Amino acid sequence: MSLLQVRNVSKHFGRLIAVNGVSLDVQPGELRAVIGPNGAGKTTFFNLVSGFFPPTSGSIVFDGVDITRLSEHKRVEMGMARTFQITEIFPELSARENIRVAVEVASGARLKPWLLHAAKQRVAARVDQLLEMGGIAEMGDRLVGELSHGDQRATEIMMSLALNPRLLLLDEPTAGMGDQETYHVTKLIRRLHRDQHLSIVLIEHDMRVIFHLADRIMVLAEGAVLAEGTPDEIAANERVQAAYLGKAA
Amino acid sequence: MSAIRETTVPGVPANPAATLREHGLTLGVWLALLTMPYWMGAVGGYTELASRVVIMGLAAMALNFLLGFTGVLSFGHAAYFGLGAYGTAMTIKYLAPSTPLGLLVGIAAATVAAMVIGFLIRKLRGVYFAMVTIAFGQVFYFITFRWNNVTGGDDGLTGWRRQPLHLGFANVDLLASDKVFYYFALAVFAGCVAVMAFILRSPFGRTLIAVRENERRARFLGIPVEQHIWLSFVISGLFASIAGGLYGLLSNFVDPRALRWDMSGNFVIMAVLGGMRSFWGPLIGAAIFVVLQDFVSSRTENWMSFVGVFFMLVVLFFPRGVMGILKRRSGK
Repeated sequence: MSLLQVRNVSKHFGRLIAVNGVSLDVQPGELRAVIGPNGAGKTTFFNLVSGFFPPTSGSIVFDGVDITRLSEHKRVEMGMARTFQITEIFPELSARENIRVAVEVASGARLKPWLLHAAKQRVAARVDQLLEMGGIAEMGDRLVGELSHGDQRATEIMMSLALNPRLLLLDEPTAGMGDQETYHVTKLIRRLHRDQHLSIVLIEHDMRVIFHLADRIMVLAEGAVLAEGTPDEIAANERVQAAYLGKAA
Repeated sequence: MSAIRETTVPGVPANPAATLREHGLTLGVWLALLTMPYWMGAVGGYTELASRVVIMGLAAMALNFLLGFTGVLSFGHAAYFGLGAYGTAMTIKYLAPSTPLGLLVGIAAATVAAMVIGFLIRKLRGVYFAMVTIAFGQVFYFITFRWNNVTGGDDGLTGWRRQPLHLGFANVDLLASDKVFYYFALAVFAGCVAVMAFILRSPFGRTLIAVRENERRARFLGIPVEQHIWLSFVISGLFASIAGGLYGLLSNFVDPRALRWDMSGNFVIMAVLGGMRSFWGPLIGAAIFVVLQDFVSSRTENWMSFVGVFFMLVVLFFPRGVMGILKRRSGK
């Protein structure tokens, strides 16, 4: 059974149709890329899936449950986490504190006035593990607002991972990064996918990253699905080449 | 440009030097508060002024729980402050001559009001939130202003006074001297401040700071932001009402100005003046405000314009308030 089933969702903003009848199935453990030219509706599509706003029509089923109108935090509780195109973090907290908040919320402690010693230690251990995994252990105690773009991204991804998601939505994780940073983040995503069998949907512009990572690719153009298939199929698709790849090459 | 490396989570600073400074500051604040009635006279003040510093400091710190640590601006906290004051006064006058009971009734009334109002406005943000809090605050102001035969109307509520405390092992006559009342107010202040600090260091407290730092991120970490803002609003209103109760007890008198919008504005000014990112900042701001008010108003009726100019200078040149200046001085 698919982990995520998006059926024919549309989103209208007044007269503008940002997303027009898009469907998508994500299997457990799959890494799916969503590509398309600027203004194709990729981020809007992500916002629909993650619950940022509800679709005008269509339905979204996650793990067998209809979540079309469910609030963002309920979706998170069900195992869906996301990052944003422009990194969303807590700039005046350290990287460690950023991840700590996420770990505590994920452990169900968000309303707790205190934690017992054992629980505190579990949180600290998990935070250390995530800092390590994200390659940001050394800057853990620095304010995250002062870190490099790549390290901020890594922090955001690790915060999402702290939520123990079954589906991770990454909105342009390598946007605005240099080669070194792009390599670092790509490696991180690949590890999450391969080692932890995490299902990932990712919006990306960098073709090297996409063809390196994705199991399947969905191409959006003007709010609708232009093509869908394996990286090889997409690379060979003439309509995609005309609409998108041609321009990039 | 060196960023100000303040600790945004109390007790979890970015580095050991900051921890040391934080502890030093806390120690200094408590030393000053514990001895204040003994040196206030020497610097031209008096004990009642010291009590006002503590009480207004509590109100400003209560407001700052919401403003500085949740990132939500309420311009109507005088409502809860005033409800605390009237609840205390009316209980002692009409129901039972007991100071603690009066305070409890005041707190209960204000907390219920904060729960209802907070629930209604929990989805508003920014200037809309601030505007609606003013509007709700003014509702309470007009009720006390108009309801003459119960609240005393514009003349205020007189004919009651704070009652001795019966602690079981000892009786404390709060009317005996200004010093006795000062230490009573300080004890209440200490309890409130300790609870606020405790909450801010808890997992729940960290979610509030998360909301302040980035509401969108907080939401997508699975924090129901509206619920947490509502809780913060109620906690903040509750502590403001305790300050209000003490305020009434201080002069054995309350009048509608205690819950008018300009009182709400004063709390905001105190918090911003002292530094709303700092735990103790609002207390420092309140001290400056109260002392300046006392000093300038004994010389001119237009004291507010002086406070206003001072406030603008601080905001323009030191946006992080007095505590921001101190922190920058001591090297980040």
